[in-house]
Amino acid sequence: MTPKQLMNDEEIRRALKRIAHEIVERNAGANLVSLVGIHRRGVPLARRLAAMIAETEHVQVPVGELDIGLYRDDLHSRGPAPILGRTILPELGKRVVVLVDDVLYTGRTIRAALNELSDWGRPSAIQLAVLVDRGHRELPIRADFVGKNIPTAKNERVDVQLSEIDAAQDSVVIVQED
Amino acid sequence: MSSPTTTPRRRHVLDLDDWSADELRTLLTIATQMKDVLERPVKQVPTLRGKIVVNMFWEDSTRTRSSFELAAKALSANVLSLGAKDTSVKKGESLVDTVRTVQALGADYIVMRHGQSGSPYLVAQHFRGSVINGGDGRHAHPSQALLDLFTMHERLGELADKKVVIVGDILHSRVARSNLWALTTMGAKVVVCGPPTLIGPAKYWQSTWPNVEISHSLDQAAEGADVLMALRLQHERMEGGLLPSLREYSRRFGLNATRVASANSNVIVMHPGPMNEGVEIMPDVATGPHSVIETQITNGVAMRMALFYYLATGSEQV
Repeated sequence: MTPKQLMNDEEIRRALKRIAHEIVERNAGANLVSLVGIHRRGVPLARRLAAMIAETEHVQVPVGELDIGLYRDDLHSRGPAPILGRTILPELGKRVVVLVDDVLYTGRTIRAALNELSDWGRPSAIQLAVLVDRGHRELPIRADFVGKNIPTAKNERVDVQLSEIDAAQDSVVIVQED
Repeated sequence: MSSPTTTPRRRHVLDLDDWSADELRTLLTIATQMKDVLERPVKQVPTLRGKIVVNMFWEDSTRTRSSFELAAKALSANVLSLGAKDTSVKKGESLVDTVRTVQALGADYIVMRHGQSGSPYLVAQHFRGSVINGGDGRHAHPSQALLDLFTMHERLGELADKKVVIVGDILHSRVARSNLWALTTMGAKVVVCGPPTLIGPAKYWQSTWPNVEISHSLDQAAEGADVLMALRLQHERMEGGLLPSLREYSRRFGLNATRVASANSNVIVMHPGPMNEGVEIMPDVATGPHSVIETQITNGVAMRMALFYYLATGSEQV
């Protein structure tokens, strides 16, 4: 099956722009907001959102990065030794932390991220922004900000490519798996 | 998320003889992240929650055992530490029987130290979980060599063509042997240095590590070195007649300021501990600006966490 493109670079940019506005709107400004990207593709997305917020609000929102590898509940059933990324977080206390990830699927990554965040500090609230929500949740988790809802089958894979990581033009594609 | 590497899953860590440079690099990366964990507000992650680690040390060890214990605890495992005095060995139980008992207790990991070279291989045959060799006879001490590698890599970057001098009782040292595997795999130039009675024939070493250099003069070996690693001199070597006197050993093979000064300007000084200060290393060198001996201890916990993580991933597949 050839991959089918669901979003091109312009659509991704517009979706992020809208999310940036929504974050500011929901939190009555950006003064108390911190963005935390989940490794790997959530990290550049968080940086882009911060740049967009800086443009309109003239506020430099702190950006952190979170690797949930050590908090996974499926570590023992996964392939050999996934490489871990770094976790670098801004001060969390009394801030609204917006977790940022590329694709929301089962919700298990977010569950792990919530556990990890609470080991680091106590944000006043945690919100979730994702570029794509593809459904099939296995936990009671939902996103506050969604770039695009994409209905998928379980045997399909949603691949997000970002220029910062993939050395390719931004895109979201859907791939059929056997 | 994080992409799996292509290396096959490893079940035990018994020695470093079959580790590729890529696999070692993967482990170094993981250890770096584990070191970050140790600096977090909560120095514990749930990676091994609900797993049981049993430390079985038939030989005395404070350092290695506590390091493994802290590493396992930082990953939220339950840890049971057995020393030579606790085990039923004294009551005549065989190694295999002890392993079966530990298995029946529910152990997922055995970390073991034993005086008999090769004993971890026997244990691995009879244990359904993972075995980590914490030192067996003269044979291997992989976690020590890995933490040494981690420390060198942290300070010096890529180790290809770096000159690493290991000085001391090479012949009886499992630390030296495991370091030789790790360092030669990473392309370092290794010199083993010591009196002939504590090294033995060059052929013995070069048949396994063709590029290792043998030296009986630390004054010569230290010149231009990037790493100077002293090994602990066991007092029984003296009693066994392999050394004329501690004083003479110290004069010819002790790490002193002059020898450190003849090395590269950014040389690092290492020692696996515990040190005999004034014998194989002088106090001013041990605590001097080139010493990374304390870093080795910190890195030991991070590297052992990395080992547990490395073995844990995918353990329920296959």
